Amino acid sequence: MLSLCILAATLAVVPLIYIFFYTTGAGLTSLNFDFFTALPKPFGEEGGGMVNAIVGTIILIGLGGLFGIPIGILTGIYVSEYSGSLMSNVVKFITDVLSGIPSIVIGIFAYGLIVLPMQRFSALAGGFALGILMIPTVTRITEEMLKLVPHTLREASLALGISRWKTTLRITLRTASSGIITGILLAIARAAGETAPLLFTSFGNSFWSTSLDQPMASIPVQIFNYAISPYDEWHRKAWAGAFVLISIVFIVNLIVRVVTRNKYSGSV
Amino acid sequence: MFFALSIIFVVLLIIYEMFIDSAPSREKFGFGFIFSSDWEPVKEEFGALTFIYGTVVSSLIALAIALPISIGVAVFLSEIAGKTVGTSIGFLIEILAAIPSIIYGFWGIFVLAPYMRESFQPFLQNYLGFIPLFQGTPFGFGMMTAGIILAIMITPIISSITRDVLKAIPVSQREAAYALGSTKWEAIKMALLNAKSGILGATVLGLGRAVGETMAVTMVIGNRAQIKTSLFEPAYSMASVIANEFAEASGQMHISSLIEVGLILFGVTFIINSLARFLIFSVTKKADMK
Repeated sequence: MLSLCILAATLAVVPLIYIFFYTTGAGLTSLNFDFFTALPKPFGEEGGGMVNAIVGTIILIGLGGLFGIPIGILTGIYVSEYSGSLMSNVVKFITDVLSGIPSIVIGIFAYGLIVLPMQRFSALAGGFALGILMIPTVTRITEEMLKLVPHTLREASLALGISRWKTTLRITLRTASSGIITGILLAIARAAGETAPLLFTSFGNSFWSTSLDQPMASIPVQIFNYAISPYDEWHRKAWAGAFVLISIVFIVNLIVRVVTRNKYSGSV
Repeated sequence: MFFALSIIFVVLLIIYEMFIDSAPSREKFGFGFIFSSDWEPVKEEFGALTFIYGTVVSSLIALAIALPISIGVAVFLSEIAGKTVGTSIGFLIEILAAIPSIIYGFWGIFVLAPYMRESFQPFLQNYLGFIPLFQGTPFGFGMMTAGIILAIMITPIISSITRDVLKAIPVSQREAAYALGSTKWEAIKMALLNAKSGILGATVLGLGRAVGETMAVTMVIGNRAQIKTSLFEPAYSMASVIANEFAEASGQMHISSLIEVGLILFGVTFIINSLARFLIFSVTKKADMK
């Protein structure tokens, strides 16, 4: 039995580690300075990079974060500070539902809401889809972090005659701020790798573009397009992109781990 | 308050919009949409059966592989491994679970699918070829590869929730079992039995993830709309047909049919996830009260 359990743990970990190191290996050998500074070249020409996709991903995440993060935080505050009421349970359930909706369905939603009326693929639609995907992550972490703030702090503030909203904003939220920031980082890392909702919202673009009403390139969609192409040169670029994505995910998770361990090791 | 309500509004809007946008296809095909396997954009004949089949079968393969492994991992992490080993492996699995699905798919194209084509599937064919599931040409890209890559992706989710559920079972129960003279394994078996609805919840949650997974499946399932007995054959899933055809859809009926596929996908994942939450909640709630 013991050996069976160890076998299971090995079976689970080995493919994951294999994927990780394979991507790192293939990515590192393909990564160069051009990748971060040059535009994509058509097939047949050597060199080129993904600078438009890198900037595109940053813009899309920025757009998404602009409304996804505030809604996420405020919803988290509501669920945690007004917990117990029927309404907050409903909101909590809906957040769970939202986090379980396949990201491609969110893509359809953004398509119907923004792409159809505008009659073209746009960065705006892609950012909107990413924003919705960020909400549940931010909400859940905000809720958990706020629950860790001792009740005595809130009571002390209320006893001083400070209103409930100001207490939440100035005392509770500030105390939990580093935890909430890690939640935002996690949401960003997740959004950075999302491909499915961008396929038919921000679409993709092989040229330099920063206008929000035009199609915009992003790292994951670029990886997808290169990965299913038959050209070795493009595969190498895709591996480099995959390595960049994996690094973002890895670094963010490491930061989150370190921050939360130091701060909450006693209470978690 | 206002923002909390806005999240409910968003979810309702998603349902409403997909419902409205799929109207042309719903009116034309009715319930037959679910039972028809025709998918011919040129003739404007649409039916989702092949995609539903592909999603269901690939997810079931994934569960069949991932469930025993995940329970093993969870028992290892919560009952056997020491604190340092347990937390570091748990951490490793959680980090790796955060790898974007596009990377799993990319790896699947270049490593897993060729391996399946050249080694694993011929091996199965040699020894288990009498079973219809393992007959036919080993393509590499197909139902089986999609199932395996899904299994790799959902194992971290199922095992980390199962671990949490096991940890929620009070230590006193295990101590009672030891006091009655049971061995370590008997105590673990008892903990597993007590946690069974939570484990079921974790499994259902993993299923929900597998059903909605898009990119990795799209890249390895072969994308051919057909229903075949052999697991070696290419297939198609609900999420991957949307990913592949949506941006290039050739007319209103095509788009509307794809949106209806999305609506079915949404409905299925909604039911699966609600069920999972309910099951997990029932276990952890009990543990909280004790």
